[in-house]
Amino acid sequence: MSLSEAQADVAPPEVPGRRNAQLGRFAVLTLGPVVAAVFTSALILLAFGVNPVTYYGFVVQRGLFSGLGLEQTLTRMAPLLFLAAGLIVSFRAGIWNLGVDGQFLLGAVAAAALAPALLGVVPGWLMLLAGFAVAGLVGAVWSVLPALLRAYQGVNEIITTLMMTFLGISLANVLVKLVFLDPGTTVPQTRTIPVADRLPRLFDSTISSGLIWAVAAVLLVHLVMTRTALGLKLRTVGANPHAAAHAGLSVPRLTVLVFAASAGFAGLAGASELLGVNGNVRADWNPAYGLMVIPLVFLARFHGVGSIVFIFFYSALLIGSESAARRVGVPQDFTLVLVATLLIFLGLAEWLDKRRRKERA
Amino acid sequence: MRDLARTSDAAPPEMGAEAVGLVNVTKRFPGVVAVDDVSLRIRSGEVHVLLGENGAGKSTIVGMLAGLQRPDEGHISIGGAPARLNSPLESLAAGINTVFQHVMLVPTLTVFENLVLGDAWWHRPPRALIERRIGELRRDFGLEVPLDAITGDLSLGQQQQIEIARALLRDSHVLILDEATSMLTPRGADELGERMRRLAERGLAVVFITHKLSEAYRFGDRISVLRQGRFAGEIAPDALAAMSENAAVDEMLHLMFGSSESAVTELARPARPRGASVLKVSGLSTAGGPEEMPLTDASLEVFASEILGIAGIDGNGQKQLAEAIAGQRPVTTGSVTLEGRDVTGESVGRRRALGLRYLTDDRLMEGSVGAFPVSENTVLKEIGAPPFWSYGLERPSRIAAHAQDLIRRFSVRTPGETTPIGHLSGGNIQKLLLGRELSGLSKVVVFNKPTYGLDMQNITASRQRIREIAEGGMAVLLISTDLDELLELADRIAVMDRGRICGVLANDAARPAEVRTAVGRLMVGEAPSGAAE
Repeated sequence: MSLSEAQADVAPPEVPGRRNAQLGRFAVLTLGPVVAAVFTSALILLAFGVNPVTYYGFVVQRGLFSGLGLEQTLTRMAPLLFLAAGLIVSFRAGIWNLGVDGQFLLGAVAAAALAPALLGVVPGWLMLLAGFAVAGLVGAVWSVLPALLRAYQGVNEIITTLMMTFLGISLANVLVKLVFLDPGTTVPQTRTIPVADRLPRLFDSTISSGLIWAVAAVLLVHLVMTRTALGLKLRTVGANPHAAAHAGLSVPRLTVLVFAASAGFAGLAGASELLGVNGNVRADWNPAYGLMVIPLVFLARFHGVGSIVFIFFYSALLIGSESAARRVGVPQDFTLVLVATLLIFLGLAEWLDKRRRKERA
Repeated sequence: MRDLARTSDAAPPEMGAEAVGLVNVTKRFPGVVAVDDVSLRIRSGEVHVLLGENGAGKSTIVGMLAGLQRPDEGHISIGGAPARLNSPLESLAAGINTVFQHVMLVPTLTVFENLVLGDAWWHRPPRALIERRIGELRRDFGLEVPLDAITGDLSLGQQQQIEIARALLRDSHVLILDEATSMLTPRGADELGERMRRLAERGLAVVFITHKLSEAYRFGDRISVLRQGRFAGEIAPDALAAMSENAAVDEMLHLMFGSSESAVTELARPARPRGASVLKVSGLSTAGGPEEMPLTDASLEVFASEILGIAGIDGNGQKQLAEAIAGQRPVTTGSVTLEGRDVTGESVGRRRALGLRYLTDDRLMEGSVGAFPVSENTVLKEIGAPPFWSYGLERPSRIAAHAQDLIRRFSVRTPGETTPIGHLSGGNIQKLLLGRELSGLSKVVVFNKPTYGLDMQNITASRQRIREIAEGGMAVLLISTDLDELLELADRIAVMDRGRICGVLANDAARPAEVRTAVGRLMVGEAPSGAAE
């Protein structure tokens, strides 16, 4: 102990250089795996006889530098960002809500059921607002069971939220096929909201204004988590539930709140996809955005701005690889290979960093 | 049984040689010195009892001998030569086998499968050989090992026999039994003692870890006592053999709780006039759990300017008492009254606001959030309250100023208030947490083992603080497993045993030895009934 105290005594005060070192470490831990993943995927492409430079060229050109591609990229970001907002809340509070896909789908179905019914009855803005509200509410309701089990019985929420996702996806399908079916079409889907009544688009482009609300949601969540009393309470619960209980926080109540907020944002994500882009929910539709966003939020270390940046590049990758895959004859799912290698390298970098710090200590 | 031990001294030549030892070993954990410069020699042919309270360092020593932890300073020696045990496998290879307090067998496998579990997978298990050896063990040591039974169906005592058998099948030289009797019936414990004696006669070095004094006397050849991570002394075989059980227990109590130097540090406590009643606890009980002792019918009263000490072997309900008073733990019956106001139904935060403060013994896992900066940790119990937050928004400059103020007033050594608190030493975290409990209006402070794991300088400083708090007119409930501390600070000492308060004694600075013996006897449940109060 005297040793560590001595160390504490000689430890230098906070200097700017230390901040730079931290930034450097962040860059190595984040950019390093990205570069390694791009390189490894290039090797895999080579093994398939595809020129990786051509492939990546198409991805970048389509996803980032073509006007329409960029618009698609930005539009795609909206639901991903809403999901990220929900995930940041729950991950920072130490709760692993992995059921966002079910919450997302049910939110979308709820909005798809309500909005067409309100069409023409109430003003357009109110219809959109009601759609978002009901989607958020339904998403939150879908997390009640895992939330209560976790808060009062200590049941692992990773399992329960995943199970609720399976149920949620099935329930969404049942609702689309049996309850909210549009009688006017032969395909099983909900009534379609006309393009003119969906979320307004930005600056004469095809970008949905959902993007703005989604960015605002992520920034709001980031500020709440880092700058407010509620945020500190939630982070305390996440970092050390024993300390939270000792400090007099009601851990179960905060846990339920986290679930509600997190799943609520997932529901909003569903509404933004429905009211901004799709206009209806088809049977068996499940984009599984949640599973894509989870690694990105980890990559950004639960940081709001970082998440926005990563989601931007990821959307570009999604949009770009769709066309690149068509043009060079690589399966569409090659994006998953890229993401998977990225995750592996992220894990490796984290492990190496931990080991290095341990050795230095 | 003692006679058996003596005859075993005249046994094979390698008897009495050092089998394994610790040489000036120190082991630190974040915030705690678990083992402090301890040297031990475990000899073949001896049952060596390691005696000490929970937290005395026994488990850490076992961990190091079992290869689970490595010493920070000093080294382990095997057969007299320095050695490194980097993993449990290396420890096993060195012939050291450990039977842990909780059985380490796979309950769904058969006994035979458990016995061959660590073997090379490409060999067919040598069933015939094992059957023969098990037969020998049954004959020599009375070990019952039903090879084809499902392990989980057997009683704990039987499972323990299987673990011992496994150790013997591996040809160990050293067998460590970590609190092995704690899960056994008295009869099972006696059988185990008998078995240990026989193993020692065969030339094994047996290390028996316990905190039961009578077992130490009956089963042991040599008794080493650990106290707060330090080696407190030993009773050699000759001396032990010459003692009656009573004399041996007295000697062990003296080693465990008394120290010669404490007589010097004994301070003449200024007689503080006792004030009004501040905290009153009546008939408080908590629900127990499978691993947890319930608090049963605890009643006590603490007055202003008074320090009421709570003595007891660790784990006898002290933490439950503290948490029930603080409001962290639900109570089944009883009440907590603060200055005449019943607060039994109030939340932790409300009690804190009324002036009831609780300094937890678990600085790292409960008192602080290691990854958070010092500044946030100083306001962890005030989240959302002015002046540190307004309308729910954090006021970083005010929090920083508050943290700097505490750092200065409580002489916390830290690079700054933005340093994660986990980087600080245990002593400095403790100072900061104390500062947190004393800020604002506090009337009674419950201390749970406030000096546990600190170095001498911080211990002295903390005790001085506690004294000042009482002198300042607050009521203090001081839970401690260090009897010296209680004798030095407390006005009255209540003793807890098995979840109950089994006696309250007035502390008398004029006759510390008598008080120490009386408290010590109550602590180990050896007091004749009626000695309390």
